Amino acid sequence: MMLLITNGYLVNPAENFEGKADILIENGTVKKIIKSEKPKKNNFKDNNFKDTEVFDAKGMYIFPGLVDMHTHLREPGFEHKETISTGTLAALRGGFTTVCAMPNTNPVNDNAGITEFILSKAQAAGNARVLPIGAITKGQKGEELAEFYMMKKAGCVAFSDDGKPVANPLVMRRALEYARGAGALIISHAEDPLLSEKGVMNEGALSVSMGMKGIPSVSEEIAIYRDIALAEFTGGRLHVAHVSTEGSVRIIRQAKERGVAVTAETCPHYFTITEEAVAGYNTNAKVNPPLRRKKDVEAIIEGLRDGTIDVIATDHAPHSLEEKTREFDSAPSGISGLETALILALKLVLEEGALSLMELAGKLTVNPAGILGLDSGIIKEGAQAELCIVDPAKEYVLKSQELISKGKNTPFDGWCLKGAVAATFFKGRLARW
Amino acid sequence: MNTRILLKGKDLLGIKDLSTEEIMLLLNSATSFKEILGRDIKKVPTLRGRTVVNLFFEPSTRTRTSFELAAKRLSTDVVNFSGPSSSIVKGESLLDTALTVQALGADLVIIRHSSSGVPHMLSRHLRASVINAGDGTNEHPTQALLDAFTILEKKGRIEGLRIAIVGDILHSRVAKSNIYCLRKLGAEVRLIGPATLLPRWFGEFEGVKVYHDLETGIEGADVIMMLRLQLERQGTGFFPTTDEYFKEWGLTKKKLSAAKPDAIVMHPGPMNRGIEIASEVADGPNSVILEQVTNGLAVRMAVMYHLEERKEE
Repeated sequence: MMLLITNGYLVNPAENFEGKADILIENGTVKKIIKSEKPKKNNFKDNNFKDTEVFDAKGMYIFPGLVDMHTHLREPGFEHKETISTGTLAALRGGFTTVCAMPNTNPVNDNAGITEFILSKAQAAGNARVLPIGAITKGQKGEELAEFYMMKKAGCVAFSDDGKPVANPLVMRRALEYARGAGALIISHAEDPLLSEKGVMNEGALSVSMGMKGIPSVSEEIAIYRDIALAEFTGGRLHVAHVSTEGSVRIIRQAKERGVAVTAETCPHYFTITEEAVAGYNTNAKVNPPLRRKKDVEAIIEGLRDGTIDVIATDHAPHSLEEKTREFDSAPSGISGLETALILALKLVLEEGALSLMELAGKLTVNPAGILGLDSGIIKEGAQAELCIVDPAKEYVLKSQELISKGKNTPFDGWCLKGAVAATFFKGRLARW
Repeated sequence: MNTRILLKGKDLLGIKDLSTEEIMLLLNSATSFKEILGRDIKKVPTLRGRTVVNLFFEPSTRTRTSFELAAKRLSTDVVNFSGPSSSIVKGESLLDTALTVQALGADLVIIRHSSSGVPHMLSRHLRASVINAGDGTNEHPTQALLDAFTILEKKGRIEGLRIAIVGDILHSRVAKSNIYCLRKLGAEVRLIGPATLLPRWFGEFEGVKVYHDLETGIEGADVIMMLRLQLERQGTGFFPTTDEYFKEWGLTKKKLSAAKPDAIVMHPGPMNRGIEIASEVADGPNSVILEQVTNGLAVRMAVMYHLEERKEE
C-alpha cells in the first residue's frame, strides 16, 4: 500500500527545510521525500503506481505531526470532561500526534501505576501518542516528592504539579535537585497562590469595573523569579508553563541571557485575545493564568519572535457545559484548545507576520520534542509517517458544538477562522475523525 | 409629537449598560412615582396581574423590602424566593433555580447574588426581565439611581457637581454603579479611601480622581457619599483597625467643614456609626440618608414600570 502526497509545501524544522516536496509513504513509512521547486512527473519513476493512492496537497503546508507538551486529558477521574480516547482524537484533528498529559487527574498521576494506566488507555484508544507527565508532589499537595525515578521508568517525560503551583520554595528546591539527578525536567505552573488569592481574572481596571477578584500579573512573575533562582542555584532544568505576562517574558529573557537552563511555553489564547474576552461574564474565557492586557499579548508575541518563548502548547483544559454555566466565580478555569491551537498560531505567520512558518513549526514540533528529549516532530525517510497537513486557505466559522473534544469551552466560538487541518497521519495511518 | 423613549434592553443589569437618556427617563418617572407615594392611597393599578419574584441568593432585608413594597405599590403579585449562595453547594444549580422561578410565571425577576455577573448570566436564559439588586462587587444599579434622584431633588442638577465617594470603593457595588451613573450625568467624581481599598486601577477610570486623604478629597464637595465598611474586612490586611480607619476616613463634623457648607451627606445603609460616619453627621443637618430610603421606592417603581412598558410596544 503506497500513498503519494504531492504538490504540498513541506516545513520540516528538524532539517531546516521548507519548500515544495512530494512524499511517498509505503506501508506507513516515509519511503522518499523529493524536494524540488517544481516537482517533476518522473520523481517516482521507479515505482509502480498501480496501487498508489494520491493525496493532492496543492496549496497546503505539510508539518511534522505536532507535539503538545501541555494537555489535560482528564482521565482517570474526570471522564465527564474528557477521556483519553476523545482527547487524543481531538488532538489528531488539531494536527497533534503527540500529547503530554498533565497529572491533575483523580487519582493524581503521582505513581507508576497511574502512569501505566494512562499509557494502556492511550494504547487502546490508538489515536495520538500520549506521554504522561508525573506529579512533582504526592497528590499534588505540594508537600512530599513523588517517585520520579519509578514514574520515569514507567513512561513519564517530565514532572509538574500543573493546575496548582508548588507553593513551598523548599519543596521546589528539592524537586529541581532530585529531578536533576534523575535527568528529569520540572515544569512549573508559576503562580503565587497567596497573591492570586481567590482571583478569577486579570487584575486591573477591567476586573475592578466588573467587580471581580483579580489575579495580579505579579503573582506569576514572582513565582517565575523564584523558580529561575532555584533552577540557577540547584542546576536543575526548568520549563515554565503557560507564560502570560509582559514581565514574565522579560524575566525569562534575562535568565536565558545569563545561561540559566530554563525554557518556556505560551498558549494561543495568550497571544490571540485579551482580558476583554471575559466581558459579559463569559466563563469560556476564564482560564488560569488569566487572559491579560494588550501590552502583555504584544510582549508574548515578541517573546515568541525573539526565542524567549520556545514552545506553543495548548493547555487544553476541557470542562463540561454544566461546570461552565456556573457563576463566574465558581466555574472552573480552562479552555478547550487542541482543535484550535495550530490555526490560531498560524495567524502569527499569516496575519501578524511575527513568525516565519519555520519558526512556528519549530515551536510546535522540534522545540517541545527537544525539551522533553523525544524524537517526535520530525519527518525523515525510513521513519513512520507522522504528518499534519494544513489547508491555510480554508475559511469557516468555528462552532464549539462541532469540536470533537468533550470540552466545548472555547472563547473562539463563532470566530471566522482561516486555515484548517486537512489531514493528520499518525503512525503511518491517515487519521479519521 | 416626540417619539416615546423606551429602555433598550429587557433587563436592568447595570448602569454601565445604560445611556444618559435611559437614566434620565428613569429619574424623571421616579418623580411621578414619588408623588404617588405621598398620597393617602399609595397604590396604583399600573402593573396589575404581573408577577414579580424577588430571587435573593444573599441575605438582604432593606433592598428586598424596598423592591417588594415598590412592586406592591404597582399592584403586582410579588413573591420572595431564596436560593443557595453557590451552585457548588449541593442542590439545584443556579440556572435551574432561575428557570423554576420563570416557570412560576414571573414577569420580573429581581436578583441579588454574592457573585458578580450572576444576573447577567441568568438573564441570557430567562424570558423574564432581570433587575440586578446587587451582584457581588459589581453593581447595584437601583441604588445609584436612587442616589442620583436624591441629588437631583436636593441640588436641582448633577452636571458640574463635585461628588466625593468615600470608603471601601474596591468592594462596593454601590460605588461602582454611582461612578458610572454620576459620570454619565456629568458630575466631577472623586474617590477617597485607603489605597488598599482604592487601588491604582481606579485612576484608569475616565474622569475620576483618586484621593487617599479625606479632607483633601472632599474639599469644596457638593455631595459626599459614605460607603458602608464591611467589618469583616478588618484583619484581612486591607486596613489595620477600625480605630485608625475612623480617624483617617470617618466623616466627622470637623472634617465635613472642608466641603461646601450646603453639601449633602449620603449613605446607602446600614451605617456603622463611629466607624465610617460620626453620629453628629449622620443625624446632622447635611444628612439626607433617610430620604434616600423613600426615594428608593420611587426609583424601583420607575424601573419596573419601564421594563414592563417596553414589552407592550
